[in-house]
Amino acid sequence: MRDVAVIGVGWPKWGELWKKDIRNIFVEAALMAIEDAGVDHIDSMYVASMSPGLWSKQEHIGALMADYLGQTPIPAVRVESACASGGMAVRLGFIEVASGMSDIVLVGGVEKMWTGEDFTAVLATAADQEYEAFHGLTFPALYALMARRHMHEFGTKREQLAMVSVKNHANGARNPRAQYQREITVEAVLNSPPVADPLNLLDCSPVTDGAAAIILAPVDLARKIAKDRPIVQIIGSGAATDSIALADRESYVELPAVKKAAEIAYKMAGVGPEDIDLAEVHDCFTIAEIIVTEDLGFFEKGKGGEAVEQGLTKIGGKIPVNTSGGLKSKGHPVGATGVAQIVEITEQLWGVSGERQVEGAKIGLAQNMGGSGASSTVHILKRID
Amino acid sequence: MPIQRFYPHIPQRYRLEGTKCKKCGKVHFPPRQVCNSCGSKELEPYRLAEEGEIITYTVVYTPPDDFKTKKPYVVAIAKMDDGAKLTAQVTDCTPDEVEIGKRVRVVFRKINAEGKSGIIEYGYKFVLI
Ligand SMILES: [Zn+2]
Repeated sequence: MRDVAVIGVGWPKWGELWKKDIRNIFVEAALMAIEDAGVDHIDSMYVASMSPGLWSKQEHIGALMADYLGQTPIPAVRVESACASGGMAVRLGFIEVASGMSDIVLVGGVEKMWTGEDFTAVLATAADQEYEAFHGLTFPALYALMARRHMHEFGTKREQLAMVSVKNHANGARNPRAQYQREITVEAVLNSPPVADPLNLLDCSPVTDGAAAIILAPVDLARKIAKDRPIVQIIGSGAATDSIALADRESYVELPAVKKAAEIAYKMAGVGPEDIDLAEVHDCFTIAEIIVTEDLGFFEKGKGGEAVEQGLTKIGGKIPVNTSGGLKSKGHPVGATGVAQIVEITEQLWGVSGERQVEGAKIGLAQNMGGSGASSTVHILKRID
Repeated sequence: MPIQRFYPHIPQRYRLEGTKCKKCGKVHFPPRQVCNSCGSKELEPYRLAEEGEIITYTVVYTPPDDFKTKKPYVVAIAKMDDGAKLTAQVTDCTPDEVEIGKRVRVVFRKINAEGKSGIIEYGYKFVLI
């Protein structure tokens, strides 16, 4: 296997992009990444997107995006794994470059969610449509089922859930690409409208239009064309699956797919949780960040809530989590999320994250998750000198 | 929901039909072709226990459009007496009566009437015992 580097990134502003359709949104991010990498062509492309068919009545977006990016006849395919589509696409791009099949691969993710469709119902198709969504379960409701159990088993406090949101908004307020660049308070979260008890509106990631893209290439090639910035290598890639229905799990306070993906990625990278300088994790709901930071090995099971309260996951804390603002503040255009996580980690390792910079960051981790944890990816990136 | 999509699930929704592994005894609901515990393909039809205990629950205030007229409603996961876990709404009670550890029984009720083909969708719900 060849060593693989991230040589370019593109991440335009996210939000409610009423004047742009899915192709405009994707192509803008892809062009940014190509320009940032300084390459004159790409050999292959992966387009992560959860549900262009339901939101935009458009399938076959691999070819569509290659066409509008001016890159036909390169191979291009859409990757779908619900909210983990982006992470799964990154993994496929990584494998393609590592294998030697292609040298320069673009991995992009996109979701156009503001199209007038019932987004709660579209998102619920990532759950078991016949045995969960059929009974009126929504995604906030699935994570609420986990939150209630986490509170019951470990005494996790309602305020601690809110603190995840407050911390991520504080980071997102300093990210010019975030959908909601403003700070919020614990009181605001507790007083926001209930969505699925015990989760309120400000525990939930928003509905977002947006795209992000990265360019992958062999480290040898990266060294030849590198700008005056360090090389960032993907040193570990893990992916795993679990039961689609939450009910079928043994426990509702841990996510085995996250644990397994992390185990694979840590092993491949030759590092452990104690070596990670910062992490982007899938905080689709506040409880998700708490459970995931436990399952990645940053904190003991049941201690994720306390860790947030003690400020361990803030910038400047023991292990800064979601310096980008997380899904909560920067937005969650489903297919783009896992790719934007890689953009944030890469920039942090390049040392170009401005006010959000984690000083001396050398190794970063990105964890992306689909559904109620039925799929997850973990990538570990390292600045190499 | 079009009847063609609803039809394959009728035995489960109307009669709680699952499967039981002949090798390890694990009960699955909905039915499976491969045991998710031991990997065996030797499974037999099995009718799920009708009573169980609430493991976790939520009160849904922001439902999909199809459930708008029913909010707020309670959805729970219960561990049935034969070990299978079932997801369903808890009905005939107020949300604050529902608690982890309470016993429930399965009843047959209307789930939704707004299916695109106009069929009324029936299925199971929980009631507190
Ligand atoms: Zn078995």
